[in-house]
Amino acid sequence: MQNISVRETGLSRQSRRRNPRRTLVIVAFLLPSLILFLLFVIVPMFRAFFTSLFKWNGLGPLEEFIGLGNYQRLLSASPFVEALSHNLVIVGLSLGVQLPLSLGMALLVGRKLPGRAAFRAIFFLPYVVSEVITAYLWRLMLNPRFSMIQVINDLLATIWPSFEPGTWLGDPSRVLTAIFAVLTWQYFGLHMVLYIAGLQQIPEEIEEAARMDGANSLQNLRHIVIPMLSGTIVTSVYLSVLGSLQQFALVWVMTEGGPVGASELVATHMYRGAFVSFQLGYGSAVAVLLFIICLFFSVIYQRLTSRTE
Amino acid sequence: MSSRANGVSRPPGWPRIARRAAGLLPQYLVAVVVSVIVVVPILIAVLGGFKTTGELMSQPFRLPAEWLTENYMAVLRLPTFWQQLGNSLFVALGTVALTMGASSLAAFVFARMEFKRRDLVYNFFTIGLMFPLVVAILPLYLIMREIGLNNSLLGVIIVQAAYAVPQSIVILRSFFRALPGDLEDAAKIDGCSEFGFFWRVLIPLSAPAIAANSALGLVVSWNALFLPLVVLDDQSLWTLPLGTMQFQGEHFVEWARTMSFIVIALIPAVLFYFLAGRYIVSGLTRGAVKG
Repeated sequence: MQNISVRETGLSRQSRRRNPRRTLVIVAFLLPSLILFLLFVIVPMFRAFFTSLFKWNGLGPLEEFIGLGNYQRLLSASPFVEALSHNLVIVGLSLGVQLPLSLGMALLVGRKLPGRAAFRAIFFLPYVVSEVITAYLWRLMLNPRFSMIQVINDLLATIWPSFEPGTWLGDPSRVLTAIFAVLTWQYFGLHMVLYIAGLQQIPEEIEEAARMDGANSLQNLRHIVIPMLSGTIVTSVYLSVLGSLQQFALVWVMTEGGPVGASELVATHMYRGAFVSFQLGYGSAVAVLLFIICLFFSVIYQRLTSRTE
Repeated sequence: MSSRANGVSRPPGWPRIARRAAGLLPQYLVAVVVSVIVVVPILIAVLGGFKTTGELMSQPFRLPAEWLTENYMAVLRLPTFWQQLGNSLFVALGTVALTMGASSLAAFVFARMEFKRRDLVYNFFTIGLMFPLVVAILPLYLIMREIGLNNSLLGVIIVQAAYAVPQSIVILRSFFRALPGDLEDAAKIDGCSEFGFFWRVLIPLSAPAIAANSALGLVVSWNALFLPLVVLDDQSLWTLPLGTMQFQGEHFVEWARTMSFIVIALIPAVLFYFLAGRYIVSGLTRGAVKG
């Protein structure tokens, strides 16, 4: 990064370390961020853990202490585990399908193709559409009464002969695939943009040199582009994993987790537990577990990025 | 330059332009197909707003037999729509203003002032990058209820800003550090205070980073659903995503109506994208590089 060296200049070089006015400036400048951060980011995490040890409907006093009872219920009963497995399906599909697609699109419109700016602008457009709007757009597209769905099904049947036409959002075995497809529509442009930024950091001379040595474009991709993009790929994977684990709005609006829980995710499960059936203790336990899972991936990510720097 | 000429000029006789075009054809084909997939749902919605629901459902691709404006006009006549638009705007602008105000001051301290355990405090803030709002929604709801910030737009602004501050500090700090130190000496000789230097020198010089961060922040807040859904009970406080859900709920099978609402709700976002897309993208890539 451009700022490895810390500059010891200006104010910081002054021998006014113990100047009370300086201390006051430092405290005053940090205070707004610190208050926001402590009160609304750090405190809630401890609160969630504390609340998760109780059975509580959110209204009366917090008095029915049940220890790890909520966690026991969570890990033994299937709804949470099932919801988590749906998140993991989406994580898997994102890493296996969405990110390679995004990288492919970045290679396509990231460099030399004339007219690339227009394609880029189109591909990124869905990112600025809210998930709520995306959800309704695609609820219509996938509505069995809508004749567009015929076109989609016919198209799939030609590509894939054993495909049986049917509904998408109403079919428990297909609903996750449909949701994943919509998530891809919304977010492949985001990852594409990240990859394009990464591609622009690769000096053109390296690839030119390899080409002159007889490397074809596939070899170039495998031995030069992908290794040099590894930092960007790690970031993109991380964002994708975290985004998939936290997904709420799109699924809530498209299916509310249905049919029969087939698209229930951890966040919708938590929302339902806490705000629909008023089990705030149980909901908090879900939140704590989700946080631990996210933390796990964050730690891996930080390790990977600090090693590459 | 010379190396590229080497690569292409091998087989003589073929006009270069034609070869190049033929080589690009498959690439264009893929790009066009993907563009169609991206644009078609939006286009169907725009056209659908001009149709009856029956026509929308049976003839999604055709131009409307008769261009009905009633669906769109009905949305524009809704006072609740304008109220939700105003609420969304207020929340988005408030969130960005608070985020940028708080985080730029903190980033300034972390970037250009020495003090004991500075790195420790800074690292403490970076922990915040790992705390997603979704995970904290329950305790947030409880805390906001206790301090009277639930059911208030200000509450949404404050909480959204709290979750945007860590990322913003990281980005701005690295930008502030990259500016030359001589600036500060010069400003001091001219009698600038710390805040004077921050406000009159550092902030104007950091306009690109601040614009990028703000543009992305506006989009994220504009589209947010989860927090407003949980904390805003009062319908008069609802933001556009909540309003969209409410409108669709009221016009359940009238898809043409819903599409017209969606299209109108989408106009500000798309307009902003055309004006500030560059900054949104830059905000994303800056965040990702340092993330």
